[in-house]
Amino acid sequence: MELTEQATFAVGSDAGNGALSIRLSGAWTLRRGLPSAERIEHEIAARRPSAVVFEVHELGAWDSALVTFLRHIEALCTRHHVAMHREALPAGVQRLLALAGAVREQPSVRRVSSRMPRVARLGTAALDLAANGVRTVTFIGDVTLATGRFVRGTARFRFRDLAVLVQECGARALPIVTLISVLVGMILAFVGAVQLERFGAQIYVADLVGVAMVREMGCIMTGIIMAGRTGSGFAAQIGTMQVTQEVDALTTLGIPAVDFLVLPRIVALCVMMPVLCVYADVLGIGGGAMVGTGMLDLTLPQYVHETASAITFTSLAAGVGKSVVFGALVGIAGCLRGMQAGRSSAAVGDAATSAVVTGIVLIIAADGVFAVLFNMLGI
Amino acid sequence: MTATPPPLAVHGLTLGYGDRVVLKDVAFTVKRGEIFIIMGGSGSGKSTVLRHVIGLGEPVKGAVFYGGVDFTTATADERNAILRRIGVLFQSGALWTSMTLLENVALPLEEYTDLTPGEIRDVASLKLDLVGLPGFEDYYPSEVSGGMQKRAALARAIALDPDVLLFDEPSAGLDPVSSRHLDDLILQLRDSLGATIVVVTHELASILAIGDDSIFLDADTRTAIAGGSPKELLAQSTDPRVLRFLTRGAEGAPGGRTNG
Ligand SMILES: Nc1ncnc2c1ncn2[C@@H]1O[C@H](COP(=O)(O)OP(=O)(O)OP(=O)(O)O)[C@@H](O)[C@H]1O
Ligand SMILES: [Mg+2]
Repeated sequence: MELTEQATFAVGSDAGNGALSIRLSGAWTLRRGLPSAERIEHEIAARRPSAVVFEVHELGAWDSALVTFLRHIEALCTRHHVAMHREALPAGVQRLLALAGAVREQPSVRRVSSRMPRVARLGTAALDLAANGVRTVTFIGDVTLATGRFVRGTARFRFRDLAVLVQECGARALPIVTLISVLVGMILAFVGAVQLERFGAQIYVADLVGVAMVREMGCIMTGIIMAGRTGSGFAAQIGTMQVTQEVDALTTLGIPAVDFLVLPRIVALCVMMPVLCVYADVLGIGGGAMVGTGMLDLTLPQYVHETASAITFTSLAAGVGKSVVFGALVGIAGCLRGMQAGRSSAAVGDAATSAVVTGIVLIIAADGVFAVLFNMLGI
Repeated sequence: MTATPPPLAVHGLTLGYGDRVVLKDVAFTVKRGEIFIIMGGSGSGKSTVLRHVIGLGEPVKGAVFYGGVDFTTATADERNAILRRIGVLFQSGALWTSMTLLENVALPLEEYTDLTPGEIRDVASLKLDLVGLPGFEDYYPSEVSGGMQKRAALARAIALDPDVLLFDEPSAGLDPVSSRHLDDLILQLRDSLGATIVVVTHELASILAIGDDSIFLDADTRTAIAGGSPKELLAQSTDPRVLRFLTRGAEGAPGGRTNG
């Protein structure tokens, strides 16, 4: 029968001296679970014994489960001012109880519980937001100063790092940029073709695709791609460096983390984004041409000629100029989130997610500002 | 053979990373209830042995036995069953940084026992109290000191009351008093829970204070060059490399006792 194996206890009273005796039997192991100590609490409260003693003749295997149970009873005894006699317990159990009971270190401040009143939580959230705002502004200030040092040539970073980053932001991004731009070009052409064909104005598909790619889609799509693949990568990398104290190591060497980590990343993005943007423009127009020549009755020379006449240098410059700004925004968002990341693996994940969201929001918002500006300037 | 198989035995282990062989022909047997020391200079492959013993790396050659069961060729299920009876303390602590100390210790209990959440909390607190961290249950690893992280990691290693405990540099980063306390704790755990303990260390004081048996790894020859009780090694070994290590360079150095 398994009966002897199950952890159980029986409560009795010690004849004569008014002590409560607890007879432990069976295997007291974590794997088998613990019996509830509730009955003992009742007994102690009801009988008010002079002491609690143990009988362990039937006790089988034991591990921390028994020690945990006994600590519980010890706490009960203390609460009811009853002595607990450990002498009968196995020597190992006594040693562990003594070891666990020896309190050596108490934290000076208990952690603030996360269950605060609603008003307090609102206040904390507002303070957090303000502190976050201050950190963000400080960071942008630091980056601006570092940019000044970069221009003067006194910023402290390694050109080797910059080269690797340029490769990472440029060449490595080509496949995904290729795929997305061709598809966007084709989609634009499809949508335009359906509408324009009704008026017999198929040729204007070339204008539509050309202008849309060059002014808006080229730079926005590359910006969003870079936010997704590079901005998040920056945040994760710098965030991990925070966790492993690599950033602290740089700071103690007197190397500003902003110079060493942030600046090369932003520079690499600002350098490569215009290149990627022009590449995306060309491929997008190529995608449009595929649809134009394949679906509509346009010839390639016709399409190219129409595109060339639709695109002005100003709109090309506007698109490329915006892409530099988007690159800076993606870089700043990624590095900012990385530098702000908390010191845990989950915080690094949050930083990466937040870098992408911040990057995309900034790109779209900046694009809106540019649209208004260009409109006012008549570009 | 009628005796029960030893809790941990290693036969002819050759270990490496990629093509690079770090150690050749390492063999040792750890008896039940014994504290076994793996010692050697920095880079001699102590952590490497530990990683392979717990299956984080596949040995190039040789086998690891737990209680007579071949761990190297075991199926994934058998391996998990064995691993559940093993507690590991990594050299860097390796606490889960996004969980509080209590959650770190509670996770193995949640995964492998049927205890209620309240009981799990009690058991996990007990373990934290045992390593001298009462009251730090709700702190995150980044909010406590390096030595405290080490002790919390130790609490996690002993969460399930394992049969075999493997410690990589448990006292590195601790002050002499805490380090001594940790040695006592290791002895207590062995005596009260009957655990078999393997300690990787180069703390001389620890080695001599707690070691029952040992193996000495050497980086140059890439093998184990000595073994046995550390105290006896210190008294009887004639190998200058071992003596130099056990006397902090005083013996076996030029002019000292030489191999002979
Ligand atoms: N992941 C790895 N890949 C390649 N080589 C490694 C790896 N980890 C360790 N090594 C090499 O294996 C050898 C032994 O390393 P190991 O970490 O086991 O040393 P150790 O004895 O634990 O040293 P320490 O006392 O400094 O911790 C070293 O030469 C090291 O360069
Ligand atoms: Mg090591």
